[in-house]
Amino acid sequence: MLLALVLLPIAMGALAFAAPSPRLRTYLVVTGAALHAALAVFVACSPPPPMFDRWLVLEPLGRLIVPLLSVQFLLCALYVPAYLAARPERQRQNRVFCACLLALGGTMSLVAVSHHLGLMWVGIEASALVSAPLIYFYRTPRSLEATWKYLLIGSVGVAFALYGSFFLASSALHGGQVSSLLFEDLVRAAPHLSKPWLHAAFVILLIGYGTKIGLAPMHTWKPDVYGEAPAVVGAVLAGGLSTCALTALMRFLQICTAAGDGQLARSLLVVFGLLSMGVAAAFMIGQRDYKRMLAYSSVEHMGIIVFGLGIGGLATYGALLHILGNSFGKGVLFMTAGNLHRGYGSKLAADVSGAIHRFPASAGLFLAGFFAITGSPPFGLFLSELAIARGAFASGSYLGAALFLALLATVFIGMGAVVISVVQGPRGAEGPREREQRLTLVPPALCLAVVLLLGVYVPPWLDSALREAAAVVEMRP
Amino acid sequence: MLGVTLAVTAGAVLDGIAKAAAILIVPPLLLGVIARIKARFAGRVGPPLLQPYHDLRKLLAKGSVVSRTTTWVFLAGPAVSLVAVLLAAAVVPIGDGRALWSFEGDFILLAYLLGLARYATMAAALDTGSSFEGMGAAREATFACIAEPAFVLGLLALARATGSLSLSTFLGPAITHVWAEESASLVLVAAGLLLVLLAENSRIPVDDPATHLELTMVHEVMVLDHGGPVLGVVLYGAAVKLFVFAALLVRIAIPIAAPAHLAWPAFLGGLVAVAAGIGVIESTLARLRLPYVPALLLSACLCCALALVLLAR
Amino acid sequence: MSSLLEPLLVTVLLLNMFVLGATRLRAVIGASAAQGVCLGVLTVTAHGEITFEVVAIAIAAVAIKAVVIPRLLYKAMRDAAIARDVAPLVGVIPSLVIGALGTVFAVVFAGTLPFAGAHAGTLVLPSSLATVLTGCVVLTTRRKAITQVVGYLILENGIFILGLSLLDAMPFLVEVGVLLDLVVGIFVMAIIIHHVSREFSASTDAAELAELKE
Repeated sequence: MLLALVLLPIAMGALAFAAPSPRLRTYLVVTGAALHAALAVFVACSPPPPMFDRWLVLEPLGRLIVPLLSVQFLLCALYVPAYLAARPERQRQNRVFCACLLALGGTMSLVAVSHHLGLMWVGIEASALVSAPLIYFYRTPRSLEATWKYLLIGSVGVAFALYGSFFLASSALHGGQVSSLLFEDLVRAAPHLSKPWLHAAFVILLIGYGTKIGLAPMHTWKPDVYGEAPAVVGAVLAGGLSTCALTALMRFLQICTAAGDGQLARSLLVVFGLLSMGVAAAFMIGQRDYKRMLAYSSVEHMGIIVFGLGIGGLATYGALLHILGNSFGKGVLFMTAGNLHRGYGSKLAADVSGAIHRFPASAGLFLAGFFAITGSPPFGLFLSELAIARGAFASGSYLGAALFLALLATVFIGMGAVVISVVQGPRGAEGPREREQRLTLVPPALCLAVVLLLGVYVPPWLDSALREAAAVVEMRP
Repeated sequence: MLGVTLAVTAGAVLDGIAKAAAILIVPPLLLGVIARIKARFAGRVGPPLLQPYHDLRKLLAKGSVVSRTTTWVFLAGPAVSLVAVLLAAAVVPIGDGRALWSFEGDFILLAYLLGLARYATMAAALDTGSSFEGMGAAREATFACIAEPAFVLGLLALARATGSLSLSTFLGPAITHVWAEESASLVLVAAGLLLVLLAENSRIPVDDPATHLELTMVHEVMVLDHGGPVLGVVLYGAAVKLFVFAALLVRIAIPIAAPAHLAWPAFLGGLVAVAAGIGVIESTLARLRLPYVPALLLSACLCCALALVLLAR
Repeated sequence: MSSLLEPLLVTVLLLNMFVLGATRLRAVIGASAAQGVCLGVLTVTAHGEITFEVVAIAIAAVAIKAVVIPRLLYKAMRDAAIARDVAPLVGVIPSLVIGALGTVFAVVFAGTLPFAGAHAGTLVLPSSLATVLTGCVVLTTRRKAITQVVGYLILENGIFILGLSLLDAMPFLVEVGVLLDLVVGIFVMAIIIHHVSREFSASTDAAELAELKE
């Protein structure tokens, strides 16, 4: 069953590659995503037993992440047919696009369910490779440059992740244990792991997986890639792939906590989290390209989540809730930004203004998405950021909490300046109100609805899932 | 009793005489070997092996012209340089593994003697007041800045490896067990010292001894104004300097000391082999562009530094 | 057999220095191929017994690192018609000094990590760390895309060396993983370089890939 979760999208991707007609391929994308989401929800409700000698396991953290990834992927996939139809010159070349998009769904699930850290690494590597052609979809020199940066920096990050995994295995070996990369084995052997190796391993793994997450100072690929990639690809990468890399990082945090070295790991996470938020805030101010602004917003949110994980306690619950909210929030923002980009033909905020008059629905959703992502009530991200702040104050790191709140405010101001000028602003020269395709509006609206729901009413099953996942991350018995 | 002491003393005196004779007589032979190998590579028969001796004799019989802008430094330079280099050769272990004159810390004296020789040559060059010689002196100083640390680091690595502070003890039989355990570090030291040898003795790839274009010279241009017997002294000094470096290399590569009847042929054979190797290097490589020479010497420095780090673990 | 271990690792370190100091692309690619051969021989010498898996991995390592990938890179070089790298961002001598400092740091840091097992006290961990650092330096300071790919290759070589010490404990998976990572990564990069050389009119100067800023 777990294997089906991984192989189904890949098989659908192969099918889409072989499909003759471009429209058929886009429908296959939607179908594949829908089947995948259904399977994911089913698996989360009734968890299947571990497979392959505990290489694939679905435990509480996975039960939270897997459906999140699939549902967000489904909503993005719903956007694809209308998106590709509006770009007729790209219609015929969407073979690689559709196949890679579906394969990406499969590899992301692989990362979430694999408990063999080597297999998890294979999943991350495969996701990186499969998403590269997606970035190059527009075939412009700038997107080529973005793809090159993505591949180079991403490959280095993945290589460091592998190196860190080797260090982890060595820590077991040189601590006198059986050297293994199986999560359960490492947790069981955790108190006896060789401490110097474990520290070195965590630092290297943080650098490696941090590159994939997009933490500063390894975030430099994000603005270029999210700025040049198609909107739906940006949504999947920001919402899905970053979440996968976070899941991987959380596993290593669990091992460190089990080994009794949680303090060092958490301090590092707090530092990197605040640094990412700071860098995002600095570059957000005066940003002229609204898609690159979304990339820095992604860096900021990854910083928030990592900060929350570093604080621990109540903040872990907040961080997990934030992962949920961030995925869907990014979905809204990227998809509506894609609509605006297509409508105005430019990504610069100088060229796009007064969008509320020309594209009222998209601009409205964009504005609502901005409020959602910066943590305004009643959206879900407000609750998660509040939880993280409360956790920070409760754990006594007042300086960290103060910086956290200050940086949140800075980002709100910086992002707000761009978004408001895009949405409200003086009305642009040309264009009456345009009729927008429903299919380009429904997916972002659904994403927004999810974020709103998270803020207004967290269903008890979701709440208990979050609590269980938080307990697992904290390694509470 | 007296007979034994007399025999030992006689042995020591004979040994000393043999070593002094080697230092004085062998060096020009090395130059002859190099010239012969290069000629062979070029398809010529080449000059006889003893040609440098004939050249020295010819130069000593010639008259010399001394420029009016020079002072006593111009003539003192080659003399001081020769004396310094001969003393350096006295400190280096040759033949059966002991130097003519050895004590703790003599490798530092060696480095300084070579530095003194270099300084004397540079002073004589600057004394002529000619821009060519000045350029040569400047280049020599620049390269020396990187070559000298490489040299000293290499010797330090050897000292660390064997735990002794005298050239005769850390280049002798003590090195055989280092070869057995840490051969890689010794290879590194040898590589570094080889590069320093090529640089200090103005061989390709650092400097082309056969060039006639002054702008490309480093060492030859410093002695451009010397002629006659003084040039002979300069030539002979260069040969002894080559002898010193080659002897160090041979001592690292062939650490045999024991029976004198094996050690001496091995040492001399090693010297000839080093000279032949230099001839091969000169015939097969091209001269490095001047800006890249510091990089090459830095590599020598790094080789020796790496060897020191490896041996210090 | 194990007496070959240290000289081979020192050769790897020297090749690192050579890559940092060389400017010609052919020399750099050749040096990384030579490193691949060293690693292949290392795989065989680092183990007590020679099993089928060990030999298979060694042959695969040599085939991929010394034959397939250099050929791919030479072809990319021919396509883009470049022979020499331009001066790196920090200059040859500073690169050499950084590489040397990195090697010293690697030796010192490796001394602080307890190393049990057969390879205790050898150069395995220091050379692994030093090679990874060299790869990073080449990646970040070189301008031509092909040299950056060679830097990635050297990074992977460093990871491979550490994997050797784990081969007894976790056979096969380790090295196969590294080789797989390498193959796929380099393949995709070569494709991108092909596109880059076509797109940016045969310059493949990564300094030209600098339009996206801020």
